[in-house]
Amino acid sequence: MLPPVFGVLFDGIAYGMLLFLMSVGLSVTLGLMNFVNLAHCAFAMVGGYVAVLLIRNFGWPFFGTLPMAFLVAAVVSILFERVLYRPLYRRSDLDQVLLTIGITFVSVAAAAYFFGTQQQPIELPNYMRGSYHVMGLDIGVYRLFLIAVSAVITILLIGTIELTRFGAQVRAAVDNQRMASGLGINVERTFAITFALGSGLAGLGGALAIEIVGLDPNFAFTYLIYVLIVVAVGGLGSIAGSLAAAVLIGVSDIAGKYYVPQLGAFLIYLVMLAVLMWRPTGLAGRR
Amino acid sequence: MKRFGLASAALLAACLLSGASHAAGAIKVGVVMPYSGQFADLAKQMDNGIKIYMQQHGDKVADKTIEIIRKDVGGIDPPTAKRLAQELVVRDQVDILAGWLLTPNAIAGCSVSAEAKKFMVIMNAATSIITDKSPYCTRTSFTLPMITMALGQWAAKQGIKNDYTMTADYAPGHDAEEGFIDGFKEAGGEIVGSVRMAVKNPDFSAYVQRAKDLNPQSIFVFIPGGSQPAAFGKALAERGMSAQAIKVLGTQELADDAAIKSMGNDAVGIITAGNYNYNYDSAMNKEFVAAYRSISGDENPDFGAVGGYDGMHLIYTALRKTDGKTDAQELIAAAKGMKWESPRGPMMIDPTTRDVVQTIYISKVEDRGGKHLNAVIDSIPDVHDPVHAGQMK
Amino acid sequence: MPVTAQMGLEPVGYLKAQTRWGAAETLFWLATPLPFYFLPAYLQLASQIAITALFALSLDLIVGYAGIVSLGHAAFFGTGAYAAGLFSKFVWGEPLTGLIVGAMVSSLVGYATSFIIARFRHLALIMLTLGFGLLLGAAANSASWLTGGSDGLQGVNIWPLLGRFNWDVYGYTAYGYSLVVLFVLFLFARRLIHSPFGLALRGIRENFLRMPAIGAPSRAHIRTAYTISAAMAGVAGALIAQTTQTVALDSLGFERSAEILIMVVLGGAGRLYGGLIGALVFMIARDQFSGIEPEHWYFWIGVLLVAVVVFLPNGILGGLSRFVAHWRAK
Repeated sequence: MLPPVFGVLFDGIAYGMLLFLMSVGLSVTLGLMNFVNLAHCAFAMVGGYVAVLLIRNFGWPFFGTLPMAFLVAAVVSILFERVLYRPLYRRSDLDQVLLTIGITFVSVAAAAYFFGTQQQPIELPNYMRGSYHVMGLDIGVYRLFLIAVSAVITILLIGTIELTRFGAQVRAAVDNQRMASGLGINVERTFAITFALGSGLAGLGGALAIEIVGLDPNFAFTYLIYVLIVVAVGGLGSIAGSLAAAVLIGVSDIAGKYYVPQLGAFLIYLVMLAVLMWRPTGLAGRR
Repeated sequence: MKRFGLASAALLAACLLSGASHAAGAIKVGVVMPYSGQFADLAKQMDNGIKIYMQQHGDKVADKTIEIIRKDVGGIDPPTAKRLAQELVVRDQVDILAGWLLTPNAIAGCSVSAEAKKFMVIMNAATSIITDKSPYCTRTSFTLPMITMALGQWAAKQGIKNDYTMTADYAPGHDAEEGFIDGFKEAGGEIVGSVRMAVKNPDFSAYVQRAKDLNPQSIFVFIPGGSQPAAFGKALAERGMSAQAIKVLGTQELADDAAIKSMGNDAVGIITAGNYNYNYDSAMNKEFVAAYRSISGDENPDFGAVGGYDGMHLIYTALRKTDGKTDAQELIAAAKGMKWESPRGPMMIDPTTRDVVQTIYISKVEDRGGKHLNAVIDSIPDVHDPVHAGQMK
Repeated sequence: MPVTAQMGLEPVGYLKAQTRWGAAETLFWLATPLPFYFLPAYLQLASQIAITALFALSLDLIVGYAGIVSLGHAAFFGTGAYAAGLFSKFVWGEPLTGLIVGAMVSSLVGYATSFIIARFRHLALIMLTLGFGLLLGAAANSASWLTGGSDGLQGVNIWPLLGRFNWDVYGYTAYGYSLVVLFVLFLFARRLIHSPFGLALRGIRENFLRMPAIGAPSRAHIRTAYTISAAMAGVAGALIAQTTQTVALDSLGFERSAEILIMVVLGGAGRLYGGLIGALVFMIARDQFSGIEPEHWYFWIGVLLVAVVVFLPNGILGGLSRFVAHWRAK
């Protein structure tokens, strides 16, 4: 029999993985281009609604919708990047904030208009429900699945960044943008691809999140705070940092609620403040 | 000083104007609700209830046309709610204030109702004290202690010996918790513990684990509607604490359609108390549900819809009694003691407290051949608000 | 590049030139009493616009001048609102003293947090302000014995202004009061940013590390500016509490912090009038759009924000001033 602390750790890590998927894209694009994209969660919401639409209206299986959630969110984000974001790269942070908040407003209204204001429940296949009982712990099947998906994605991401030519370009651009373009790296194109990748991951996170946190038009605002916290705590531009931050936030949230419920509403904010005072650039931040 | 002299002259002129406009033959009802933001879905329910009543009964009362003016307050925002109510009175010259989904907004609205002497109908907000804030204010929804106290008493009478309460840590949660504990203890039950859960809370697994460790015979849950009921239900199922293994008691939010659907089989056995269940068996309710489904794209009505519907019924009937006069004193007199049959069943307005009196239904999610149905299994008639009735502090 | 050299002026002359009142400025303020005569049914809205403008002005002092982007400025607005509300409940309801109490309590909170704020820049700074705001909101919800929690504070009772003007349903008193307070504090802010202190702040915004080298203590200046800004936000909060006689958790919430930042950026940060114009445009647009479409108005607000960014860089005033400069150059 294992003590409950393992159960808390497991739940916290699973919750953290959800946060990781939703925020890693923002972290990389912020680090790469210094573009403040507060509409990031709107792309996550796109993924969520794609999954709901495919399951409900076209009878797709849940697993089939996940790649589509990724793809559609990525494609939509490319459109926005081309038309609205690109002209603003050299403008002030504040203009970027205003633009992306505006886009978020529009996305929330559009979701309410097309899908209604209600919750969008999905029914998972039966084998994804319930839990395994292992040595006195309840291991939720879906949470296990979340952790597995995130592990695969983390390995793919780190592999891409560390081992491929494209990854080397991204790293170079994050480190020193001017030097990178001086060496002939097309920074804008690198950024566009990274941006689409990050938004696609957010879309995937949005689809995976429905089962845990639900989906309604306010999703784009509700999870923005959590995503920002993970990004800031992890440090800009770092995948490993985002992963560590997401796990830290997830575990401390769950542990706080379990051991000191009175602090339930405060704990993640306290953790964030503590980390940022200790390391203003985040766990893995360099600048 | 001169400016304020002028100002009062303008005020006087405007008052005269507003007096004149009443002769025009329209009665304006100003509806203040959060049509946008995180409470938009419940506002939609209430608004649909209003629409259905007007579809079924026309827009004429006592030879006057009822006109609805909708205002969005966007969320919990009493300064804006108060301004909107004031603007409805001075700009749109409404005769009646209605809607009111959220308690702080409703309290702000009441101060306008009291000052401008406007009849006010609360169609959802559920804290007891609101109706005390204006002598012209009445309510067609419910109060939370009314529901949870009835549930507590019922549960203890069913032989449930002990309970662990899990409520959202904000004012409605505190009301719900107190009501349940008072009712449950009074009928002989024992509370083994209570937890107040963070309001903005996407993941309930830790709280549910804590409940499981204590292994109570039952748990009582109050969480706001929206995304949380389904998340809570799933957390229960994951822990093997689904309603088949333990008695799960809650308010009606816990068994809303979205929650039941996303919980699937794990929802079976959840017991909830509420003032409305769309499966309630009456001809009137069947007609109401059918009408609701036809205007909402096959959504089912909930307590918000019936609150809006009955609010309009109260307004129509009171206006008929006053023969179309909108004087707040006369309207509230007409509302006091009014009894009627609603889609929710029989209900009335308490003549002294102006608060709602109604049947509280106990429902249970049942498996009917693979389809999940939240069926009414018991009912407690003539429930008054326990705070106003002096049963609670 | 030194601005003074560009304009061919000595520093003192530059400051004097800046403080002169332009025609547009004079007209703007002369227009503010017009609602009393022409739009008496809009006075409550006008009053809340004036209060929001004051709140926006307070945020602009730190965002536009000291370069501190805050996502938690509602903490001070809410502190002022609760201080004024509680003061009227437990001490007495005289509004002007309540206003001072609101300012004092907020500036104390601001001064205490400024020691931390002044040590950080960039994203960490934004997230710290956000974190403090969220913590304060959660604390106010927990302390429901004092604040009334999410039901809002009960028992706020404000006496008539100056003992004679009641808080009428039209909002004559509310708008008169809010407008006078806004104007007085605006004059103060205007004086402040055109002082050497204001110039030093702008220097800090442009280069935090270089300012100490020319003898301007960056951190001390930031602390001062932050405290002043907190006090002004507290006054705005106290005003909303007094004119509506309501106080609730929304006054401290993240939404309010985000909304006020949007207004400042919309109008144009660092331009003194940016917050005022932003509040005016945002609140009127919201009132009109939500009147037409109560359920989907924020679609149009979103379109408005995007359009402003695309066509008017650096906010409405920033974009307009560029057009004017362009037109003059022709």
